[in-house]
Amino acid sequence: MKDFIIPWDDRDMGTPERQGAPVTLSIDGFEVTVPEGTSVMRAAAEAGIEVPKLCATDSVDAFGSCRLCLVEIEGRKGTPASCTTPVAPGMVVHTQSEKVNRLRKGVMELYASDHPAIGLTDAANGDSELQKMAARVGLREVRYEPLADHVHRRLADGTANPDWRPVDDSNPYFTYDPAKCIVCSLCVRACDEVQGTFALTIEGRGFDSRMSAGTGLDDYLSSDCVSCGACVQVCPTGSLQEKSVAEMGLPERSVITTCAYCGVGCSFKAELRGDELVRMEPYKGGKANRGHSCVKGRFAWGYATHKDRILSPMIRETINEPWREVSWDEAIGFATNRLKAIQERYGRKSVGVITSSRCTNEETYLVQKLTRAVFMNNNTDTCARVCHSPTGYGLGQTFGTSAGTQDFDSVEHTDVVIVIGANPTDGHPVFASRLKRRLRQGAQLIVIDPRRIDLVKSAHVRAAHHLQLRPGTNVAVVSALAHVIVAEGLANEAFIRERCDWDEYLTYAEFIRDPRHSPEATEALTGVPAAELRAAARLFAKGGNGSIYYGLGVTEHSQGSTAVMGIANLAMLTGNIGREGVGVNPLRGQNNVQGSCDMGSFPHELPGYRHVKNPDVRAIFEKAWGVAIDPEPGLRIPNMLDAAVDGSFKGLYCQGEDILQSDPDTRHVAAGLAAMDCVIVHDLFLNETANYAHVFLPGSSFLEKNGTFTNAERRINMVRKVMAPKNGYEDWEVTQLLANALGAGWNYTHPSQIMDEIAATTPSFAGVTYDLIDRMGSVQWPCNEKSPEGTPLMHVDGFVRGKGRFIVTEYLATDEKAGPRFPLLLTTGRILSQYNVGAQTRRTANTVWHDQDLLEIHPHDAENRGIKNGDWVRLASRSGETTLRAKVTDRVAPGVVYTTFHHPDTQANVVTTDFSDWATNCPEYKVTAVQVGRSNGPSDWQEDYAAQAANSRRILPAAE
Amino acid sequence: MSPEKMVHMANQIAAFFKSQPGADAAERVAAHLSDFWEPRMRAQLLAYIAEGGAGLDPVAIAAAQRLKPVAA
Ligand code: SF4
Ligand code: SF4
Ligand code: FES
Repeated sequence: MKDFIIPWDDRDMGTPERQGAPVTLSIDGFEVTVPEGTSVMRAAAEAGIEVPKLCATDSVDAFGSCRLCLVEIEGRKGTPASCTTPVAPGMVVHTQSEKVNRLRKGVMELYASDHPAIGLTDAANGDSELQKMAARVGLREVRYEPLADHVHRRLADGTANPDWRPVDDSNPYFTYDPAKCIVCSLCVRACDEVQGTFALTIEGRGFDSRMSAGTGLDDYLSSDCVSCGACVQVCPTGSLQEKSVAEMGLPERSVITTCAYCGVGCSFKAELRGDELVRMEPYKGGKANRGHSCVKGRFAWGYATHKDRILSPMIRETINEPWREVSWDEAIGFATNRLKAIQERYGRKSVGVITSSRCTNEETYLVQKLTRAVFMNNNTDTCARVCHSPTGYGLGQTFGTSAGTQDFDSVEHTDVVIVIGANPTDGHPVFASRLKRRLRQGAQLIVIDPRRIDLVKSAHVRAAHHLQLRPGTNVAVVSALAHVIVAEGLANEAFIRERCDWDEYLTYAEFIRDPRHSPEATEALTGVPAAELRAAARLFAKGGNGSIYYGLGVTEHSQGSTAVMGIANLAMLTGNIGREGVGVNPLRGQNNVQGSCDMGSFPHELPGYRHVKNPDVRAIFEKAWGVAIDPEPGLRIPNMLDAAVDGSFKGLYCQGEDILQSDPDTRHVAAGLAAMDCVIVHDLFLNETANYAHVFLPGSSFLEKNGTFTNAERRINMVRKVMAPKNGYEDWEVTQLLANALGAGWNYTHPSQIMDEIAATTPSFAGVTYDLIDRMGSVQWPCNEKSPEGTPLMHVDGFVRGKGRFIVTEYLATDEKAGPRFPLLLTTGRILSQYNVGAQTRRTANTVWHDQDLLEIHPHDAENRGIKNGDWVRLASRSGETTLRAKVTDRVAPGVVYTTFHHPDTQANVVTTDFSDWATNCPEYKVTAVQVGRSNGPSDWQEDYAAQAANSRRILPAAE
Repeated sequence: MSPEKMVHMANQIAAFFKSQPGADAAERVAAHLSDFWEPRMRAQLLAYIAEGGAGLDPVAIAAAQRLKPVAA
């Protein structure tokens, strides 16, 4: 295995980068030019001179408390701190002199005497910045006897030491040892400035002071801390330290790779000791995350070695039998025989595939190629069906491409942000931190969501407007915003004339101006006060750079595609397209949703979003693959299940997806799966879908393979193998085994060859190679002759389709309506610590934050039903019922209940229905009419389900 | 697919295109069905219409009649 050498500068520059006019100064005789506002410390670092420091790092503003970074500046008195002193033209700085060396040594000596626990003068503690600095300044002995210390529980005379505090190990991933805290406040600043949670404070004064999580009564776990780890990363003394490092020792090497959780796509240094992963540290050079991360990416990787992971292939004749462990050959042979028999008997179109948004681009590409070129049909779909397929349709119709328009950096230039149907602090945490930083700088926020998400009101963040709409009324609210903009003459007509189809705009304007779209007319329907909505529309139209970020709360509706078009209309109306700080930004759920869509996972589209009906597109692939491609669209996931129940769809290869848990109307999914003759599940774990599978092919984790993920900004990031696959094969190799057993004759030996094939067939990827990604760190498609280094911003000089298209967005109520039997509306979402169906995060210590799904219900609705906080409740819809515990809260409005879907025993999707988006069949997860009542415990369905699952998961010992 | 579900889906598509300006709703519904409905689903729709097409939006019916015949 070849380690990837980090080609980019990874040094800590001491203080953040600044923008400004160039300033030239001299440091230790070297001339250096830096932007105005840069600190002397950073300027020195630019010149390659590292000034000793303890309380500064380049991710947070300098504070100037440790006094270790003193320098001399000609013509100035004393010895200023270089971290807080900005450069000035012609300044002459000396970072080394007899005087500053003496002072620095004195500073270190004081720290050493106060902190005997850190053992500054012995060499054991390599992670400690403090220790490095002690060595740097040449501290070898400590002359003072400590008068008091933080370290010993008891004083010399045996009495309790009043300054001692116990170690806080309440967080599952790191410890805080107050004895080692030097009160540099780096952690506090990291939590405030980088993460934006404001969980930490400095308590006490002078020698007594110490960092504290929350109030004096809290520990880390009970504080507001969200366990992002930013504080741990900056701590210079090891006072905050990862438990994994304490257990395993310091890492010896690192490999840059990409997080496999959400669509932010953070870059990490995977730090290893031998072949063991010790720590994941967010990588500063990562352009999506800029050195930050959330709890999942940084800490929740233990699932990769969890005991539940299945490492050998397994087969069984029927799903009532226990699994039999077999060789790869036997498993692949069994699967191919069945698939062939099915196709012979039921026809070419009786089998299909589901690709995964969790797998790499290369893996996804091969899985769709398997169905198109080997099964000879277009029955491929992906879980994006159930999340962002309306984005594909809606943005494709209006702008000409489904791509999100911006990069994440763009948020730093925005003035007014609309967040609609998304909960970034939970779903896209690192983006949320970047957004919150911008909000603290003064940008305004409009939240459109049925639930009071954290962004509406949290530390130092207040939404200017929260439009708390009724679930299912997005289109009405978005249209009302557009109505106000057009009717009040706030539309940017110059932009529209230049960039959009003017005639279509006139038709649209006439439509939207109609009083039936006014906020006053729709208030009764949407529940949003008209005055509030008008104010929000004016703010968005007049407030400067306006950006819209949206999530599944927009797409997962009967009118999901229409709502996406409405959002595109809003951006065009206000001229907010084609530059930094603006745009339409779908927040993609899983790490590679964008990539799996790009790679041709949808049944009607070949890679690069080109319809299979187009002969010229088919010709490209027919030439590359040497087969004829079916010109008809294939089945989408819900259609596959319908066809299975009807008896015409019999075999499925499902890679890295758990449709039984994640897709709506669980009973229907189960019935579809049960009707098939060959279900092949390719995954890390025996997931819920595997309860109905005949073949289980073990998968490899993101740490065990090479490939690329494409994040929500269209950024193609490298995934690098940091250890050998525990199951024996990378996932793309498994697909190749299966394809070749069916006669495909593929001979890929490295995923880079798959990327080369993608580039050769797909114009927006034409310039993408592994070499380019290695060289640039990442690249945003389109990447081709026109933009060889990729495209951070879309539609800069014109829309992809030419003229932007306004589309009429009539509100049509969903047929899923609250009524006498089911008077409440259920909507669903996710929380920070868990991810999707939870298969990974449930197998980590993240469960301390969320060990079960809860039903949020308004106090008023709860009281009517005699429900108290923590009670078991029954949640029923026309599809089915389940039980879970209630959480009484006014985060949801009366009439609305909310839950997450991270735990299989809750089976929230038993309740969701088969209604779906009109254009794409994206399920309507976000609106289900339900009734809630008290209950004594699990429903019959839950008990039957648990019994079936337990029965289905039996594994026979391997045969000799 | 259950007939109710199919009717519901077809009517949703018809409802969107009926809300659009222009007199070509049926053509556009037909194009949408050809682009996104797998031949089996289109065949089921046609068969259902042949049996009376109960509950279907007239625009959905008009659209189905414009569908190219498909070899399943
Ligand atoms: S882990 Fe993150 S949220 Fe928690 S205290 Fe540290 S910086 Fe703040
Ligand atoms: S889950 Fe998302 S935000 Fe968290 S580290 Fe991974 S990519 Fe970043
Ligand atoms: S690094 Fe400048 S005062 Fe601490």
